[in-house]
Amino acid sequence: MISLNVNGKNYAVDVSDDVPLLWVLRDHLKLMGTKYGCGIGECGSCTVHINGKAERSCAMSVKEAKGKKITTIEGLSENHPVKKAWIQEQVVQCGYCQPGVMMQVAALLSEKPAPTADQIISKMDDVICRCGTYLRMKKGIQTAVQMTRKEGK
Amino acid sequence: MNPTISRRSFLKITGLTIGVSVTPFGYTLLNAAEKKDFNPNVWLHITSDNKVTIYIGNSEMGQGVLTAQSMIIADELEADWKKQVQIRQGGAKDAFKSPILGAQITVGSASMRGFYEPLRKAGAAGRAMLVKAAAETWKVPESECKAVLGTVKHEKSNRSLTYGQLCEKASKLELPQNPPLKKEEEFRYMGKPMPRVDVPEKVRAKAIFGLDVNVKGMLHAVIARPPAYGAKPVSFDQAAAEKVKGVVKVMQIPMGIAVCATSTDAALKGKDALKVQWDKGVLPDMDNAYIEKLMMADLDKQGAKVVEVGDAKKAVSEAAKKVEATYYVPCVAHATMEPMNATAYVQKDRCDVWAPNQNQTLGQGMAAGITKLPPEKIHVHTTFLGCGLGRRAFTNFVPEAVMISKALEKPVKVMWTREDDIKHDRFRAPMTHRIQGGLDAQGQLIGWYHKTSAISIMRPVNPNAIKDGVDYYCLWGLADAPESPMWNARIQYEIPNLYIEFLMADLPIPCWPWRAVQNGPNAFVIESFIDELAHAAAKDPLEFRLQSLKNNKRATRVLQTVAEKAGWGKPIPMGQARGIAQHACFGTWTAQVVDLSVDKNTGMIKVHRVVAAVDCGPVVNPGPLVEQIEGGITMALSTALKEEVKFAKGGVATSNFDDYPIIRMSEVPEIEVHMVKSTDKIGGIGELGIPALAPAVANAVFNATGARIRRIPLTPEIVLAAIKEKKA
Repeated sequence: MISLNVNGKNYAVDVSDDVPLLWVLRDHLKLMGTKYGCGIGECGSCTVHINGKAERSCAMSVKEAKGKKITTIEGLSENHPVKKAWIQEQVVQCGYCQPGVMMQVAALLSEKPAPTADQIISKMDDVICRCGTYLRMKKGIQTAVQMTRKEGK
Repeated sequence: MNPTISRRSFLKITGLTIGVSVTPFGYTLLNAAEKKDFNPNVWLHITSDNKVTIYIGNSEMGQGVLTAQSMIIADELEADWKKQVQIRQGGAKDAFKSPILGAQITVGSASMRGFYEPLRKAGAAGRAMLVKAAAETWKVPESECKAVLGTVKHEKSNRSLTYGQLCEKASKLELPQNPPLKKEEEFRYMGKPMPRVDVPEKVRAKAIFGLDVNVKGMLHAVIARPPAYGAKPVSFDQAAAEKVKGVVKVMQIPMGIAVCATSTDAALKGKDALKVQWDKGVLPDMDNAYIEKLMMADLDKQGAKVVEVGDAKKAVSEAAKKVEATYYVPCVAHATMEPMNATAYVQKDRCDVWAPNQNQTLGQGMAAGITKLPPEKIHVHTTFLGCGLGRRAFTNFVPEAVMISKALEKPVKVMWTREDDIKHDRFRAPMTHRIQGGLDAQGQLIGWYHKTSAISIMRPVNPNAIKDGVDYYCLWGLADAPESPMWNARIQYEIPNLYIEFLMADLPIPCWPWRAVQNGPNAFVIESFIDELAHAAAKDPLEFRLQSLKNNKRATRVLQTVAEKAGWGKPIPMGQARGIAQHACFGTWTAQVVDLSVDKNTGMIKVHRVVAAVDCGPVVNPGPLVEQIEGGITMALSTALKEEVKFAKGGVATSNFDDYPIIRMSEVPEIEVHMVKSTDKIGGIGELGIPALAPAVANAVFNATGARIRRIPLTPEIVLAAIKEKKA
């Protein structure tokens, strides 16, 4: 049994240490928002937060996540500026990669509330969107930054 | 949104329910109450709770079809979008067969082309019946009653009734087949940007994609698939796989060796433990060089005649100026972000299939073939699609799930790994082309002799689609069958002497439509060659194009629009170069201008800006339409600069996103999309960002470097080699 803290709740799962966190989240905890895209940490569809940092759940064993604070897209507040901005700017097309993309953005903004263009690119070049929504993502990030700024006031 | 229609919702038909009967000759709208044995081929349903429920049969893959088709019905019905309308994904039904494609299939940029008129009529018929019901209730002339946002009003007497109050009475009336449609200025929703209905649930991660389907008692399966085409398993360690904790069953099926387990990770571990040994397959020598060599050699053979106008051979040989060029376009992969998958549950008297699926008709047929159940017992549930790109219209992910579920008598989800998805993709068909073009003394295009070889898209799946050696799927953009539902997917230039010849490359690589099908490769070739001819004629590439499109209003209009918006002929920043291209297909005309620079030391291309002009006739939902063009341009740029599937030892060597690079944020230029105001027939949009991009890039690279590169992708190595060759 491995105990995990996901979205503020404690779970005990009966899996071996080497199972990727992704499959534990999806198959064992039925948190289906975290997506499988490549299994090798290349595309970012499976991005979650581990102690607040964006990590690839497909390339991380459940053992490495033990004792850490895991946040999935389901744990990101409905009022999170990224979610609001993504709806306002109609960023998504097929939407499959976007939970991972939004987790990547949320981690970026918590670290750098007003990222420069270069800082955005260097983080966001880690994700793949086959629909090609990158320009809308950029817009969504700007909108989320403005929303955060307003909320902070 | 409920991803599938519950069967229960159809048990009781009350209110006004408008359906459709699809025949080989078209469609007839139906009032459900008129038909006793009404099979729920329903498009819209107005109930006494004043709700309007709309059922959509096309698949939602991000193009916004649920929203756009519902907007058409809601507008003509004069329903209140915010308060009344609810949208459901329909199952596999005859009602959802495309009136132009003859199947329930979401391809060919045809969802609006096929359904624009019928859905308008269905909405308008509903409105007419509700108005009539109100007029009869009040005993006033219909002409004095008006439908406004879900109510019918009689202004003279200041009375009104809601659609909910009127629907029962309206259902007793005869349905008009040709109701009066709204005039454009009366449109309430169409033509105005409406937020897509699927966006909020996708952002909240509540949207159910194929891989997110959970059925009680479901097993997870993965399949060890052959590494080379036609390879058969020689040996595998079934016992080792079955020893893995969680593995329930190992079974051999025609697609490979399936490992079924209680979780995905157990299935994957079980698959690794199989240690399958495969034989060498049907063509172990095949690699990229082999493919290109074979298809280049095809160009020296005689092919099947596709088009013959005038005498192209004579015109070219007698031309004042002659240009000849050979092109190559390799295989590219669909690489949808959600890999192929399906979940099936076969029971004694029914079979349920859940899948991200672009072709419900084919999926249903395949499942019926395996289960021997009649098609109406195959319940096809379409989930959201994690990208479609044409790949999911070949539903070969369905039979394997059905076979395994049937054998195990349990629900089974089969997931393709990313490696399966790339290695067992049905690729965009590779092509070679050789063209000889002739110009007269004034630099006018007078002759075009074109030979092309491609792997046939249709031969392996539907040999009857091949007529006299011609597979038109490979030729769209260059030539098309008469009466084709693809609408103008043929060369647009007015060429007095034209000959097109086709050869089918004999290779075991499975190919299939890939967003825009071969309009992509063919536009690259045609528009690159037109540019070569323009330079040979010493004419401006835009002027040269326009002079051979004199009678083509829509092509001329998009070219002129894009030229004006992009500042064609005006100075551009130092070090940058500009290229132009146009293409028409699926009933829509497009043109693009690309600004880029080339690092002559590294061969690296940096695209700065793409300007596009699009004429698709009436625009229903402008926001998603622009998104489709932006996304198409981005995807096309990925294939123009980066993507090529690698083959080795008779199979696919490419395996995942580490060796199949896809464009990322830093490489995406500014994109401007300009819609040309048009009242012409409605055309497609989903695939229209693709064709003009690659040639516009290649033409700009020529303008930047003087090197004409007749292949894609334009990788730094290829560009650098071309620059060096040019210098030498």
